[in-house]
Amino acid sequence: MINKLCTETFGLKNPDSLKTYMDKQGYQAWKNIIIEQTPKSKIIEKIKESGLRGKGGAGFLTGLKWSFIPLLDGQKYLVCNSDESEPGTCKDRDILRYNPHSIIEGMLIASYAIGASVAYNYLRGEFIDEQWKVFNHALSEAYNAKLIGKNILSSNITIDIHALIGAGAYIVGEETAMLESIEGKRGMPRIKPPFPAIKGLYGKPTIINNTETLASIPKIMLNKPGWYKSLGVNDTEGMKIFSMSGHVNNPGNFEIALGTPFSELLNLAGGMWNGKNIKAVIPGGSSVPVVKGDIMMQVNMDYDSISEAGSMLGSGGVIVMDESTCMVSVLQRISRFYYSESCGQCTPCREGTGWLYKILTHIILGKGTQNDLHQLERIATQIEGHCICALGDAAAMPVRSFLKNFWSEFEYYVDKKESMVS
Amino acid sequence: MNPEFIINEELGKLISNVVKKFPSDKKRSAVIESLLILQHHNNGYVTKNIIKALSDYLSVSEIDIYEVATFYTMINIDPVGRNVISVCNNISCMLRGSDEILSHIEDKLKIKVGESTKDNKFYLKDEIECLAACNGGPMMQVNHKNYENLTLEKVDEILESVNDK
Ligand SMILES: Cc1cc2nc3c(=O)[nH]c(=O)nc-3n(C[C@H](O)[C@H](O)[C@H](O)COP(=O)(O)O)c2cc1C
Ligand code: SF4
Ligand code: FES
Repeated sequence: MINKLCTETFGLKNPDSLKTYMDKQGYQAWKNIIIEQTPKSKIIEKIKESGLRGKGGAGFLTGLKWSFIPLLDGQKYLVCNSDESEPGTCKDRDILRYNPHSIIEGMLIASYAIGASVAYNYLRGEFIDEQWKVFNHALSEAYNAKLIGKNILSSNITIDIHALIGAGAYIVGEETAMLESIEGKRGMPRIKPPFPAIKGLYGKPTIINNTETLASIPKIMLNKPGWYKSLGVNDTEGMKIFSMSGHVNNPGNFEIALGTPFSELLNLAGGMWNGKNIKAVIPGGSSVPVVKGDIMMQVNMDYDSISEAGSMLGSGGVIVMDESTCMVSVLQRISRFYYSESCGQCTPCREGTGWLYKILTHIILGKGTQNDLHQLERIATQIEGHCICALGDAAAMPVRSFLKNFWSEFEYYVDKKESMVS
Repeated sequence: MNPEFIINEELGKLISNVVKKFPSDKKRSAVIESLLILQHHNNGYVTKNIIKALSDYLSVSEIDIYEVATFYTMINIDPVGRNVISVCNNISCMLRGSDEILSHIEDKLKIKVGESTKDNKFYLKDEIECLAACNGGPMMQVNHKNYENLTLEKVDEILESVNDK
């Protein structure tokens, strides 16, 4: 019943080995392309037709993004974004260590389709002990099997893939900051346009996709048109991995049909921890608005349904909070994150994230006033839409949604100088 | 006394493998991974002399390397304890009790985040944000190895089992 794209090898013996992957029809899609010399446009068409949306957070249509690459000859690049660091999100780390070949095969197909002879997979620095080693090992297995490199499988196609390691900076997950980082600079987002598809790495046309997006490609290519779409349920198309964390009995990653009711996903994760009641859910990583628990129980896990509930599917990091959770403390923790991760280029973000964190800390220490609550709203409004990258908005959105949904709890805290729940 | 840092044959080999990943005129791209390699061979931090040596080796200006070294949190420009502990206390981990884990370690080692123990055995790193193991929270890394679903007892065991290098 359950179809799996990125998680198929999870739980098998030696999940990361080439053999395990091959036993599951691994590299078959890639071999077909090489043998048939499939035209690039046909691949892009098939990905477009599948309706695959980027899994890194923005949900942009993958085929459409690839079609922005200029058709002219010349150096082009593909970059796989394995910088995973959005709080609540921990899916790419498992694809990297349990199914690295699906990423490699997806990178090969994507590189071929956009005409890139070189591709990079950028892993966050903190993956250096496990994922970095596993992925590099998988790369050398694929090189030895002549699936990557010069004259792949005796064709005259050459694609090289290199693994790169970061050194600790959330902002490098933003695609243009990642390009700066690969160029050996500080990870400061670039002003767009120009978009990377036109002017990316070293000024050359570049496509950046998330790890899960690329790992989904081989199975889509291997199956008939319409297959990927048909996996979705409740009038939705496609699949997604959700990372369930927080107050659930069995936190974990679940690759499920888009459109699955949240209540079912919660059951997959073993239900509420210690049988407590659900209070709130952040459905797509810490950057998206919080949703009240009772509303979330009516939501399906797809882009439209979550957006109707006032939030976003984002990266698929689902953070579940029970009735004992102090929303003021949670928001303070989220604000600390954006304050410490702002790259500092834009004044509203640099100053605003600092103020949000300071005011929330002030409230936690029992020194807050009603006026501080309005001040939080004002600052969030001043950040939103006034910055180079989406980190500014990501800092502002939680603040506005926490205040909107839990205003009385914030009011209680400033009046009584203590949390409503403790 | 600040002896010059020499990139020996072994280190040179490692760094030239990094350089090879990039176009031949883009050696600057190798800065980040090279700094991690050099730091690993220098008790976990880079010095001015290391930056100078890398600058000569890659033909990248010292200031460009220094900017990178200070931007990325995994690169230390000051001496730190020999074993690095990073406790995530971002939201998913916090919901599962990471604050207690962190204060337990602070009490046990008699240091605050950002400090190293007197004997320099441990460094409790600060500015630790989500380490992408949220469904294993509370969690920490010791020398970049993940330890998940922590309890206070587990933390004691893990720290006691750290063999000093
Ligand atoms: C502050 C910030 C952090 C981001 N972090 C990540 C990340 O860790 N991983 C990721 O794939 N995308 C991240 N993104 C989104 C990327 O910019 C980009 O949209 C994505 O990698 C594109 O891939 P996709 O279309 O396959 O989703 C981040 C964006 C912002 C603004
Ligand atoms: S919004 Fe914030 S993180 Fe993004 S570029 Fe501006 S200062 Fe940097
Ligand atoms: S919140 Fe702790 S690892 Fe993500």
